[in-house]
Amino acid sequence: MRIELVKRPQQSALFSALSPFIAFGLTIATGAILFAALGKDPLETLYFYFIDPLTETWSLHELAIKAAPLILIAVGLSVCFLSSNWNIGAEGQFIMGAIAGSILPVVFPDFQFWFVLPLMLLMGIAGGAAYAAIPAILKVRFNTNEILSSLMLVYVAQLFLDWLVRGPWRNPAGFNFPETRSFHEYARLPEIWAESGRAHYGFAFALIAALILWFVLSRTLKGFEIKLIGQSPRAGRFAGFSAGRMVIFAFVISGAMAGLAGISEVSGAIGQLRPSISPGYGFTAIIVAFLGRLNPLGIVAAGLVLALTYLGGEAAQISVGLSDKVVRAFQGSILFFVLACDTLIHYRIRLVRPNTAPAEAANV
Amino acid sequence: MKTITLALAASVAVLVPAVASAQNETAKACFIYVGPIGDFGWSYQHDQGRLEAMEHFGDRLETAYLESVPEGADAERAIERFARSGCDIIFTTSFGYMDATNTVAGRFPDVKFEHATGYKREHPNVSTYNSKFHEGRYIQGVIAGRMSEAGVAGYIASFPIPEVVMGINAFMLGAQSINPDFQLKVVWANTWFDPAREADAATALIDQGADIITQHTDSTAAMQVAAERGIPAFGQASDMIEFGPETQLTSIIDDWGPYYIERIQAVMDGTWEQVDIWDGLAEGHVVMAPYANMPDDVRAEATETEESIRSGAFNPFTGPVNKQDGSVWLAEGEVAEDSVLLGLNFYVEGIDDQLPQ
Repeated sequence: MRIELVKRPQQSALFSALSPFIAFGLTIATGAILFAALGKDPLETLYFYFIDPLTETWSLHELAIKAAPLILIAVGLSVCFLSSNWNIGAEGQFIMGAIAGSILPVVFPDFQFWFVLPLMLLMGIAGGAAYAAIPAILKVRFNTNEILSSLMLVYVAQLFLDWLVRGPWRNPAGFNFPETRSFHEYARLPEIWAESGRAHYGFAFALIAALILWFVLSRTLKGFEIKLIGQSPRAGRFAGFSAGRMVIFAFVISGAMAGLAGISEVSGAIGQLRPSISPGYGFTAIIVAFLGRLNPLGIVAAGLVLALTYLGGEAAQISVGLSDKVVRAFQGSILFFVLACDTLIHYRIRLVRPNTAPAEAANV
Repeated sequence: MKTITLALAASVAVLVPAVASAQNETAKACFIYVGPIGDFGWSYQHDQGRLEAMEHFGDRLETAYLESVPEGADAERAIERFARSGCDIIFTTSFGYMDATNTVAGRFPDVKFEHATGYKREHPNVSTYNSKFHEGRYIQGVIAGRMSEAGVAGYIASFPIPEVVMGINAFMLGAQSINPDFQLKVVWANTWFDPAREADAATALIDQGADIITQHTDSTAAMQVAAERGIPAFGQASDMIEFGPETQLTSIIDDWGPYYIERIQAVMDGTWEQVDIWDGLAEGHVVMAPYANMPDDVRAEATETEESIRSGAFNPFTGPVNKQDGSVWLAEGEVAEDSVLLGLNFYVEGIDDQLPQ
C-alpha cells in the first residue's frame, strides 16, 4: 500500500477560507490531549497559552516587540518568495543591518544629535539590502543557487558580528566582556507609549511596511510583475519583464526589510550589540511568511500568532510548570497542522494498492 | 502525593512558631537559566541549587524557573514576567542577562534581583554573585602536571571572557608548579553547550598529543570522548563521574545551594541587602568532586593544595608570574588584585595559543 498526493483540479473556496481555523482547532485538540497526558489541566494550560498574554498591557507590548521583527522580515520575504527567489538568508541580512546601523553609536559615540537615529535606520536598511544583493548578483551573473549562497552568508554575518563585539567594537569599559558600549539616548528607538510598556517604533515600521507592500503587490503593475515572474518566468519574458532585474529587486527589498528589523531590534529592544542579537528571527520569519500565505496582511496576523505562542509558552512554563520541550513541540504542532491543512486543500490523498504499482512505475 | 503534602504540612506546622518573628514566612524565588536544566553543567547546577533551597524551606518557599532563555530581547521579557508574577527574588544565572536584569530592577524596586557573573549593580535591589572557579582549576593543573605522561593537556574553552582566561591561567600555573615545561593546547569552542562541538574539540586535542582533557564548557561530551580514548579528564560544573567512572580525576562543582538558601532567607527576614559576592573553596561555593583514578600521592598533593587555598594560606595567582610575552605580571610574592583578575585578557607565560582578541 502506497500513499500518493494528487493535485486537486479545483480548490474549494470554502475550505481555503476555513483552513486556518480547522488547523487551529486540531492544534487545540492535540494540545489538550498532550497536556492531559502530562497531568496538567488542559483548559488552564490553553488559557495561559492563548489568553493570559493578552490580558495585560505590558504583555501586549511584549507581543508587539516579539512580532515586529518577524512581520518586518516576513513581508520582505513575501516579495522574494512570490517571485520564486528563495532567500533563506534573512537572518544574516538582519544581523548586517544591525551592524551597519550601529556604526554611528558604537564607533562615534560622541556624535550625539537628533538625526543620528534616522541615519542609523537608513544605514541599517542599506546594510541589509547590500548584504542581500550578494546572493542576488551571484544568481544573476553566475547562476548560483541562491538558497545555498544566502544561507551560508548567514554564518558569515554571525561570525562577523561575533568578531566585532569581541574585538574592535568591544566596550572599552566592559571588563573585556563581549558586547559593545550601550547606545546613547539619541541612538535609541523610542517607545511608542512609554507609560505602559516598552514596545518601540519597530512595530509601527512593521505595520507600515506590511500596508505598503500589500498595496504594491495587490494594486500595482510592479506587484503583477512580481507574481507573474514567480509563476511563469516565460510569460514574464513575453510581457517584457526582466527576470534578472526582478531577482535583484526582490532580494534588495527583503534585505532592506530585514536590515530595518535588525537595526530596530538593536536600537529599540536591546540597546547595544552582543554576540547574539536574534533568536533566529530570520528563519522563523520564513515560517511566518508561509503561514500568512505570502500576503502582507496575512503575515501581520501570522506574526502576531507566532509571537503569542512564544509568550504563551513562557506563561505556561511558569504558571503550570510545563517543560520547555513540550512548549516547543506544541508550537511545532501548530505549524504542522496549518501546513497539512493547506496541503490537503491543494491535494488529495490517494491510496495505491501494490498490484497497481508496477503498472504505474512502467509509465514513468 | 497526598502523604507528601501532609508530611510537608506537618513539618510546616512545627516550623511556623520558630519563624513567627520573621517579616515574611513565605517567599517566591524565580530562576532564569540560559541552557536546559538537563545540560549536567552550568544550568543543571543552578537548578540543583533551586531544588536544595526548596528542600530546605519546604512549603515556605515557592519557586518557578524558565530554561533555555536566549540572551537579548527575550531575557528582559522573561525577567519582567517573573517580576510581575509575584516573585520576591529573581536569580538571573547568565552573564548575558546583565543589562536586562538592571533595567527590570529599576522598574520593580520591591523585588530583589541576583545576577550571576555580572558586574553591574545599577539599583539598590540588584546583587551580583560568582564563584572563584579558578581555585579549582589550579588544583586540576597540579593533578595534570603529575598525571600527564606527555606533559600536554587539552583545554576546551568556551568564550575568551575574563573568567575563562582566568581558568586557563590558573590551570597552567598549577601544572607548571609541577612540570615547568608543561604544555597546554587550547581549543575555543565558542559555545557553552554544544555536545557535538565539544566532542570534536576533545578528539582534535587528543589527536594533537594531549593525554589529559579539561573543559570550560558545560556538556559531558568531552568526558565521554576521553573515556572512549582511555585518557583521564576533568569534569565541569557538576560531578560527571557517572559519565566517566574510570576517567574523571575530579570536577569543579558549582554549589549554589548555600548561597540561594542564604539569600532567600534574607528576603524572608527582611534583611536582604545589595552584595557583590565572589567566593570560592573557603565558603563552599566551589567544591571539588572526590579525587579518583589517581595514585595516592597525587591525591594527597591535590588535597593539600586544596586545603592551602581554602585556608587562605595560598593564592593561585601569586608571583613570580610572567605574561605570555615574557614581561613581568606579578613580582615575587605579589598577589593579583581582584580588579585585574575580573578583567583578565592575557595569558601567562608558556601557553601555546593566541588569545582571541
